[in-house]
Amino acid sequence: MGDVVVAEKLVKNYDEFRAVDSIGFSIHQGECFGFLGPNGAGKSTTMRMIHCASPLTSGRLTVLDMDVQVDPRRIKALIGVAPQENNLDPDFSVIKNLTSYARYFNMEKALALKRSEELLKFMQLTEKRDEMVESLSGGMKRRLIIARALINEPRILILDEPTTGLDPQARHLIWERIRELKRKGVTVILTTHYMDEAEKLCDRLVIMDKGKIVVEGTPRKLIEERIGAEVLEIDEPSPEMEVFVQAKGWDFERTADRLLIYSRCCEDLLGELRTKFQLESVIIRRASLEDVFLRLTGRRLVE
Amino acid sequence: MSLVKNISWRSWSVWKRNRDVFLTTWKTNFLPPFLEPILYLVAMGLGFGVLINDLVFRGETIEYIQFLAPGLLAISIMYGAFFECSFGSFVRMHYQKTFDAMVATPLTIEDVITGEILWGATKSLINTTIVLVVVTAFGLADFPGLIFVPVIAFLGGMMFASLAMLFTALVPNIDSFNYPFFLLVTPMFLFSGTFFPLDVLPNWAQTLAYALPLTHVSIVVRDLCFNYFVLIDLASIAYMIVFTIIFFFASLYLMKRRLIK
Repeated sequence: MGDVVVAEKLVKNYDEFRAVDSIGFSIHQGECFGFLGPNGAGKSTTMRMIHCASPLTSGRLTVLDMDVQVDPRRIKALIGVAPQENNLDPDFSVIKNLTSYARYFNMEKALALKRSEELLKFMQLTEKRDEMVESLSGGMKRRLIIARALINEPRILILDEPTTGLDPQARHLIWERIRELKRKGVTVILTTHYMDEAEKLCDRLVIMDKGKIVVEGTPRKLIEERIGAEVLEIDEPSPEMEVFVQAKGWDFERTADRLLIYSRCCEDLLGELRTKFQLESVIIRRASLEDVFLRLTGRRLVE
Repeated sequence: MSLVKNISWRSWSVWKRNRDVFLTTWKTNFLPPFLEPILYLVAMGLGFGVLINDLVFRGETIEYIQFLAPGLLAISIMYGAFFECSFGSFVRMHYQKTFDAMVATPLTIEDVITGEILWGATKSLINTTIVLVVVTAFGLADFPGLIFVPVIAFLGGMMFASLAMLFTALVPNIDSFNYPFFLLVTPMFLFSGTFFPLDVLPNWAQTLAYALPLTHVSIVVRDLCFNYFVLIDLASIAYMIVFTIIFFFASLYLMKRRLIK
């Protein structure tokens, strides 16, 4: 399978600020590709460049073998964009939001209506067909935005934080739909702050920080390489414990109130610790993408 | 120039979007342009006009209400487009993020702005046609000249829509529209030969008045209502065309600068 999006030495400056700093990546046909990173890492800017909303400062970016700077109209006709911000049309009903959007793609009226009805069904919004957008809940608005992004049967679907602020039911419905679209061969590009979401959906992902790509890989591989299989978490460790762990040469991290030890066999380490220290609150858990993320992008709050 | 290259027939889909919204609330949309000229004609024309005698227009003595009616048409041309492409467009751009949604489709920002301006001009056309019906019912516009008033309404509408879009591209927030309205629109409303002939003004003020876009719209509309057509009308139409082109491209350029980041 070919690559549907290829970026080389991609740079984006906003005045003095460098939002995207010479990154390169390629997204394969039919996969779900994730952009992860703290706020201000450059994810959304990268997405905006992919869907031709933001011009490049330098570098090269092709989507479906077309240059974003040469063929934005043709590219935009073949992709679907579900933005982070709600920009549904408040002057229209649910169905009219879809049919009027279809008109921007120059879609024929009867076809637009047929597609719109199908998409409402797909996103479980048929009951809300004739309601005004304002009366929808947050989850319904989000589903409608995704439905709208699918109106032109896009080859690439771009989802910018598709489930932020939604309840678990709404998140699961959206995840199911994303997987279904993937099975149909749609390439999905998504950004998210939820590591469980990225782990569940993404075939491959990159973690960005300060405009650069820090790592790239499959979620499993990243966890294994960067963390190991398990994490041993100790609440309020004593300073001696830290010294001990350090002397042992174990892979560990000290946070404000915890000691995290990364290993493939935490049971053994815990046994060893128990011989030396009185341990009260200890847990051993499976390593997750969140561990990778926090380790790579730091634990301090980014504003 | 890429500004021209990026405009396409797709602009009409933006126009259609606004038309559809307009048609869902058409009853409230039609009422003001219908009632307002009646109020003005009665109060200013019949009431206030009684105090005015010997008003001479193109060598003919006319009643004040005859002078006023074309002025009201010109004003409706200005307001229709100016409101639509200032407050209306700003709400769609800034609060509703409608433009953002549109440019994620094959539409370019140039298509969107062009569609908005075409719609603004259409609003002038619709409102002015309603006022024209009222004015004609009062017997204040003559055939065949009045037939061409809607054409001028669309052209003048393009000019005012583009001018308004220029401010929409520049204002930091919606309250800032007070400046163009207070400093430009209201003076035009009063001093563009709408309510009184310009030749009563001192020379310097006349010169200033002739620089205003609405002056030229009201010259042409008044001549059409009276079935005159003289050289100055051609000059005024030329003024409208030239300024439409200038305002249109300036607004495209500034809008692009504001929205494409």
